[in-house]
Amino acid sequence: MITGQSTRLRSYLPPRFLARIMDDRCIRCQVCVRQCGWEALYYDERNDCINSTEANCTGCHRCVALCPTHAIWIEERPLQYRPNFNWRPEAIEDAMQQAESGGIILTGMGDDKGQTIYWDKLVLNASQVTNPSIDPLREPMEVRTYLGRRPDTLDIDYGSMKLRSPLGPLRTLEVPIMFSAISYGALALQVQEGLARAATEMGTFWNTGEGGLHRSLYPYRDHTIVQVASGRFGVSREYLDNSGIVEIKIGQGAKPGIGGHLPGNKVTAEVAATRMIPMGTDALSPAPQHDIYSIEDLRMLIYALKEATNYTKPVSVKIAGVHHAAAIASGIARAGADIIAVDGLRGSTGAAPKIIRDNVGIPIELALASIDHRLRQEGIRNQVSLVCAGGIRNAGDVVKAIALGADAVYIATAALIAVGCHVCQGCPSGRCSWGITTTDPHLAKRQNPDLAARRLANLLKGWEHEIKEMLGGMGINSLESLRGNRDHLRGVGLSDTELQILGVRHAGM
Amino acid sequence: METDHAYPVGGGRRSPVERLSNPYGDDKVIAACSLFGAMDTSGRRFSGSLVATAIANMHDRGNGLGGGFAGYGLYPNFKDSYCFHIMFLSKETRHEVEDFLRRHFRVHHGEEIPTRRGARVSNPPIIWRYFVDVAPAQDGLGSATEPIVEADYIVERVMQINTGISDAFVFSSGKDMGVFKGVGFPEDVADYFRIEDYAGYAWTAHGRFPTNTTGWWGGAHPFSVLDWTVVHNGEISSYGINRRYLEMHGYICTMQTDTEVVAYAADLLMRRHQLPVELAAKVMAPPFWEVIDRMPEDQREVALALRQVYGSLLLNGPFTVIICRSGEMIGLTDRIRLRPLTAATSGDVLFLSSEEAAIRLVCPDLDRTWIPMGGEPIIGRLKTSAPVVSPASRNGIPVLTGEEQR
Repeated sequence: MITGQSTRLRSYLPPRFLARIMDDRCIRCQVCVRQCGWEALYYDERNDCINSTEANCTGCHRCVALCPTHAIWIEERPLQYRPNFNWRPEAIEDAMQQAESGGIILTGMGDDKGQTIYWDKLVLNASQVTNPSIDPLREPMEVRTYLGRRPDTLDIDYGSMKLRSPLGPLRTLEVPIMFSAISYGALALQVQEGLARAATEMGTFWNTGEGGLHRSLYPYRDHTIVQVASGRFGVSREYLDNSGIVEIKIGQGAKPGIGGHLPGNKVTAEVAATRMIPMGTDALSPAPQHDIYSIEDLRMLIYALKEATNYTKPVSVKIAGVHHAAAIASGIARAGADIIAVDGLRGSTGAAPKIIRDNVGIPIELALASIDHRLRQEGIRNQVSLVCAGGIRNAGDVVKAIALGADAVYIATAALIAVGCHVCQGCPSGRCSWGITTTDPHLAKRQNPDLAARRLANLLKGWEHEIKEMLGGMGINSLESLRGNRDHLRGVGLSDTELQILGVRHAGM
Repeated sequence: METDHAYPVGGGRRSPVERLSNPYGDDKVIAACSLFGAMDTSGRRFSGSLVATAIANMHDRGNGLGGGFAGYGLYPNFKDSYCFHIMFLSKETRHEVEDFLRRHFRVHHGEEIPTRRGARVSNPPIIWRYFVDVAPAQDGLGSATEPIVEADYIVERVMQINTGISDAFVFSSGKDMGVFKGVGFPEDVADYFRIEDYAGYAWTAHGRFPTNTTGWWGGAHPFSVLDWTVVHNGEISSYGINRRYLEMHGYICTMQTDTEVVAYAADLLMRRHQLPVELAAKVMAPPFWEVIDRMPEDQREVALALRQVYGSLLLNGPFTVIICRSGEMIGLTDRIRLRPLTAATSGDVLFLSSEEAAIRLVCPDLDRTWIPMGGEPIIGRLKTSAPVVSPASRNGIPVLTGEEQR
């Protein structure tokens, strides 16, 4: 808002998408109009046709998916600016938008820019002749994973065949894929319930994010990771008790260095109660945890949480992948964390400043490889589990992450896609037409927890099958033999420096 | 430990040993093989010609690019000294190594290992053996010469020779045992080293079929560190992580062979971490999770913890190994038995072999033969009361018939 003016400035922003309707197919049922949370479509009564207000369209395709006669589709409608390699349309339009609003541009989902996606430059091995591949349909194929701190050796009493000092708390993952943190408020409760139920069915974990845990989800506690973030939203004794793992959120790949953003329009009565904040207020968690200004402070919080949970739960620390991630991770391991989660440059968000999302942090593959290497150099890799987050798109990415050194991965965008998300980046608005990133009851009820859980479990089942096929192809029948086994990776089109950081040879060698 | 990320992209960062053992810079040398092992658990010593005969019967499982033998109880006159079998590519290297040994050990005796001229082996290096003791108060060992520290000291010195001195390689470094190996068919290697002149209470033998043409004698099996020896048939697909895990514990894998990894894993688990062999086998070839889930509570806790803690040492992919140390011989296959292993007993003698025929050739009168389950360790152990006895004859095959044992 510019001083002295009380009216909104006229927008010069061109509409991004164009809704096309085949008039001869359209039966005027107006499903599209009712389904569009963005109010981009309306029924033109005088001409008896569907018309559009394209400026509102985000390209979420809810209308396309639900049109009974497939009469509607959405096209991108880029303006033909004078070609300019520097001033590409996005740069021009971002400046236009900020000239109107005077604010930070908020966006949703992960970095969509063209930084190298190393997953795409890594290829996997398979057995030929000298080593039989193993058929997962006919032979056992194990993908179970345990998360938590392990000692270097075991102290066994051979008389009784018991452990003299039992291991600390470890958590079982039947598939090495967990649902990453997405808070209630950013996400509809129906979707969280779907995540919680799918995680329970598949024997893995879902993560509450920083928005507290709704009471209706307590039954899934054994598969729940509760997050303790800088805003401490919803953190209570009860919250910690209703979890399997406690995670301290230091940073997030989409917005390293800053706190969470939940726009006030998403803070309904239920969200407010769960977060323990007033209704309708913006929930802006502080950039740092104000009781953690250094590594020894982190240690105090880790042990405060361990004390509070009577040492029965692993404590995870989630950081964004940044330049010194390896040294930071080493410090976190030494501070007593049982799990380190690292979220990379392409990690997603429900709302983040676009400038930060697209410019801050490092690619997860490099962060992961350097952290795993550093922990091994220091001989402390056993002490923590390493979870890789941010930009995992399919089972191939999962296998590559594990081969680079991850114990398990977090997925979020892929999970939302499973329940309908078309990655339109409209999350901060709270108008999600798919009922995913919204707390508007009218929109949110589009998500049926039964069906969401089924789709999510299906996604994990599909990936699990694929992981087993790839493992078997490599002649491996247990995931722990792939973990950190970079011999099964090769790089294609990478520089020597990149290969060295990844600890991978170039293909052909 | 500058390893892991330091993949040998160019030749410059590769050690001489690695350049020799792995001339093409493969990340792992692939080989298939024949194995044979025999142990007289009563401690009676028998000639190496027995295992040489047996392994020769599996000629076609190798391709003439590697054969080798390990014997235990070979040096009764020096049984309390560490015996280093070392190969050199030049006389200068030998002098360098001898200086090194004198600096770090008390050397009792050194001699060239006797060989037979005209044996069909290619490019034999110079091979010597040295009997040495760890002198107290040397090299930071201080006065505390407790055995574990002493063994670590030996391992470190072996690593130093293998990685630091060009063209020298330690075949074996244990007490009262030794490794004889080279490039050729195993029967030719036996001929070259006059294996029939040695007597031991346990022997392993190996014939190799590598898929590249490394002509380096150190690359043949058995692989050894301290008194551990490993002969191996298979390709360990978990090699990458096994190696990285062992590097975390100070073992530097210089030869890019998965067999080396087995030897170091055995040393770490059984010597340094003091696991009994039965549990070490459960680390290398653990029960499946669903088997662990069904175990009675008293067994489950340890089985689960072993897998949770030592998952990185699970040996995956097809393998059969015979791991030996003083007084103990272990045969083990991978969990789904993708490579063959036959076990047999005759009186006090335990045989392990890739093929049953090789056992029957040297000992037709067997009490029992069987094929072990995948991942099930077959363990031969000296009866502790039995003294190690001298062979009846240096040339004959002294034992192995039922009555004589009982």
